[in-house]
Amino acid sequence: MSSEEQLSAIKGAKVLMVGAGGIGCELLKTLALSGFQDIHIIDMDTIEVSNLNRQFLFRQSHVGQSKAKVARDAVLRFRPNISITPYHANVKESGFNVDFYKEFDVVLNGLDNLDARRHVNRLCLAADVPLVESGTTGFLGQVTVHLKGKTECYECQPKPAPKTYPVCTITSTPSKFVHCIVWAKDLLFAKLFGDKNLENDLNVRSSDATNLSEHSEDVFECRKGKDIEQYGRRIYDHVFGHNIEVALSNEETWKNRNRPRPIYSKDVFPDKLTKENGKTEKGSATDDVSAMASLGLKNPQDIWSLAENSRVFYESLRLFFLKRQKEIGNLTFDKDDQLAVEFVTAAANIRASSFGIPLHSLFEAKGIAGNIVHAVATTNAIIAGLIVIEAIKVLKKDSNSYRMTYCLEHPSKKLLLMPVEPYEPNKSCYVCSEALSELPSPVISGTVLTIEDLQQEFSCRINIKHREEFDEEREPDGMLLSGWVEAPVDKNNNKSIGNGESTSSALSMEEIQEGEKDVEIQETSESAENVTGKKRKLSEVSKGTIPDHSGLPDESSRNQNQLEKLDVDDEDDELIISNDWESLTKKKRL
Amino acid sequence: MDGEELTEQETALYDRQIRVWGADAQRRLSKSHILVCGMKGTVAEFCKNIVLAGVGSVTLVDDRIVADESLSANFLILPHENHYNGKTLAEVCCDSLKEFNHMVHVAVETGDISTFGVEFFEKFDAVIISCCSLGKKKLINRKCRKLSKRVAFYTVECRGSCGEMFVDLLDYKYSKKKLEETIECQIEYPSFEEAISVPWRALPRRVSKLYFAMRVIEQFEDVEGRNPGETTIADLPGVLKLRKELCETNSLDESQIPDALLERLLTDTREFPPVCAIIGGILGQEVIKAISGKGDPLKNFFFFDAMDGKGLIEDISGPSTRS
Repeated sequence: MSSEEQLSAIKGAKVLMVGAGGIGCELLKTLALSGFQDIHIIDMDTIEVSNLNRQFLFRQSHVGQSKAKVARDAVLRFRPNISITPYHANVKESGFNVDFYKEFDVVLNGLDNLDARRHVNRLCLAADVPLVESGTTGFLGQVTVHLKGKTECYECQPKPAPKTYPVCTITSTPSKFVHCIVWAKDLLFAKLFGDKNLENDLNVRSSDATNLSEHSEDVFECRKGKDIEQYGRRIYDHVFGHNIEVALSNEETWKNRNRPRPIYSKDVFPDKLTKENGKTEKGSATDDVSAMASLGLKNPQDIWSLAENSRVFYESLRLFFLKRQKEIGNLTFDKDDQLAVEFVTAAANIRASSFGIPLHSLFEAKGIAGNIVHAVATTNAIIAGLIVIEAIKVLKKDSNSYRMTYCLEHPSKKLLLMPVEPYEPNKSCYVCSEALSELPSPVISGTVLTIEDLQQEFSCRINIKHREEFDEEREPDGMLLSGWVEAPVDKNNNKSIGNGESTSSALSMEEIQEGEKDVEIQETSESAENVTGKKRKLSEVSKGTIPDHSGLPDESSRNQNQLEKLDVDDEDDELIISNDWESLTKKKRL
Repeated sequence: MDGEELTEQETALYDRQIRVWGADAQRRLSKSHILVCGMKGTVAEFCKNIVLAGVGSVTLVDDRIVADESLSANFLILPHENHYNGKTLAEVCCDSLKEFNHMVHVAVETGDISTFGVEFFEKFDAVIISCCSLGKKKLINRKCRKLSKRVAFYTVECRGSCGEMFVDLLDYKYSKKKLEETIECQIEYPSFEEAISVPWRALPRRVSKLYFAMRVIEQFEDVEGRNPGETTIADLPGVLKLRKELCETNSLDESQIPDALLERLLTDTREFPPVCAIIGGILGQEVIKAISGKGDPLKNFFFFDAMDGKGLIEDISGPSTRS
């Protein structure tokens, strides 16, 4: 392996690393030791304490600083004469365009989300640059090699979509703890502390005709000067008591299920709750605000009783209103927000208790609520070694020896590290195959097609609208293409195309730009939905339906239920093309 | 398990790995003491891994003075003259390792490890040997086995694109959860000497060629009085002759130990950093498993060859200890 040829291939190589985290730190170190001399590294994150158990290039004193920059500095300490160029930036920024990728001999990914991986995959295909992909979770890991035309691209095989749950399971019939977490985080927490204008299914019941929304609004409204404890009890009684009773009134739901029991605060705490809390009242920094600390609950691994959970519920609620009043109305759940984690844990546990689901510790709840990936240094080190080995093969153009390698927790036929030959490209992959023989189906009135040509940095959206008749003389092709958008009237006040208020029939280029940016997902109109018979969930991406956008939000933000409905105006009989001028006019070089 | 809790600092720092192996395992790790001898690239990787994991202490043995070539695969050595001038490998690595985790006690032990008495090894829960002659490996293993307490014993060696790791956990009992039940497991390990004495014809078919090749090189270095890795292509004829003898004695076909493989092992003696990362990672996992008592430890050899990319486990043990 250490032939002259190999050494010079390594020495002269220009390598791009995407990600300076768990895999990134190990990879940068191994690349440097292996003789690589020109490495570029992109990472938008800053260093956190929980990184330090495996991202060994970072120290406690680096918390808050750029991962890419600190990683570079750390490696230069033992290899001072090589060139490492850090970018503290999002790899999805437009400056990292096809020309940028073309300068590299190989791209090495150390990412932790599907969205960014897809983005890099597409750019590598457009630039025709080899990509080595990788991932780890706990003791498991894998490394794959992707070369345009020779192997599968990263998206040739469908990747499992993140888990979603039917709305009614969350609102009415939870059977697992995770359902309670989603309820506590995306419904209750969001309702109490998040944007009040967002739709919230908290009081939705699957088949309950009674609309008690007015009553509910009163419950959640916290008037200034009101006693927080009373407010807390009211909320508690409403969501854990009243709502359950209402649900119970629908016999059908519970025919084959265990009935939940309503829980009221008076049953758990007959007496007044407030106690002297001199310590926490006096000028504690917002960072230290914690219900656990205030209540003397020390161990996050303990499973609290119903009473303890209820105490944490009230106390965290109280502390939010007392210490973080300003944030209320704008908060989103953050796994690193101790008070938020405490509240969600407590709320989920009380609900779980009600439904006979086993309770969990804060430690466990935090992992579920925060989608925390468990991680250790050793797996990342092994994977990094395997990545460098593949990278060297790529540089030597040793295509017969490319391998996908799986790192297993339990050996399979004596193998802990299992190499497999890469597959040929999937001919019907809508990302990398040369020509689509078929459009993804169904394409019907209301379908929005997204077309991206990353090589030309061109993308556009085509809204398809059906029309029964076309004028044979004026419209011989049986279709009409139009390049100007008539801003659709935005009835739902959701973020969508255009500014909504414009009354002119044509928008200026600038207005189109503004509008395009905000549209994340577009749903077909309701009529189309009925025709296909499929209820589309937010995170569902399948080959047969609407093609994926590069602008798809990250898994972590998908819990926001922001389905944007395209308002189809049936009076409008034209095909509309919306051009995305942004990339053409706002290209930046870093 | 005693009731000691993990500190707040430990819980915050170790959060992601506690989610892998649990708080109990983390507590056991924090009380463990590891002895490491032979500070080359692979061992440097291993040390980094266990220091990050949060073991109680790591003691380093390597009195060799740092030379330029020491830097080739060892990221713990910083190239400034001041950093390593006149210092030993153990001293330099110790300074760097301390930075990775202040809660781990990292120290240096000077002297020739083969002269240390049996009672010295009693302080440790695991002993890892590298860059050692055959004789030294056997000797240290024997000393560890003499103790009433179990001291896990590991050897590790990387040459070019190949790596070998050996594990001896003596009589190892542990429990694991299968579905809802807890089952008790027991594995008996042979010593290094016992393992390599198993006649080749008695081994299962299709044992990794690398096992045999390493034994030939090992013997050659022993007979010729060489330090590990002190070989060149000029030694090939001698090695091939030895191979012939060993294969005859063991009724093994010489094709089981290809010329090309032996050539590679003779000439590519320097460590290859990706292989160091891989072997150092596997070794780290194994030591963590043995100390925490969680997870199936591998028995008893692990091989990696970057040429075919396979990382495989071989059970080299006599009939009494074969699992």
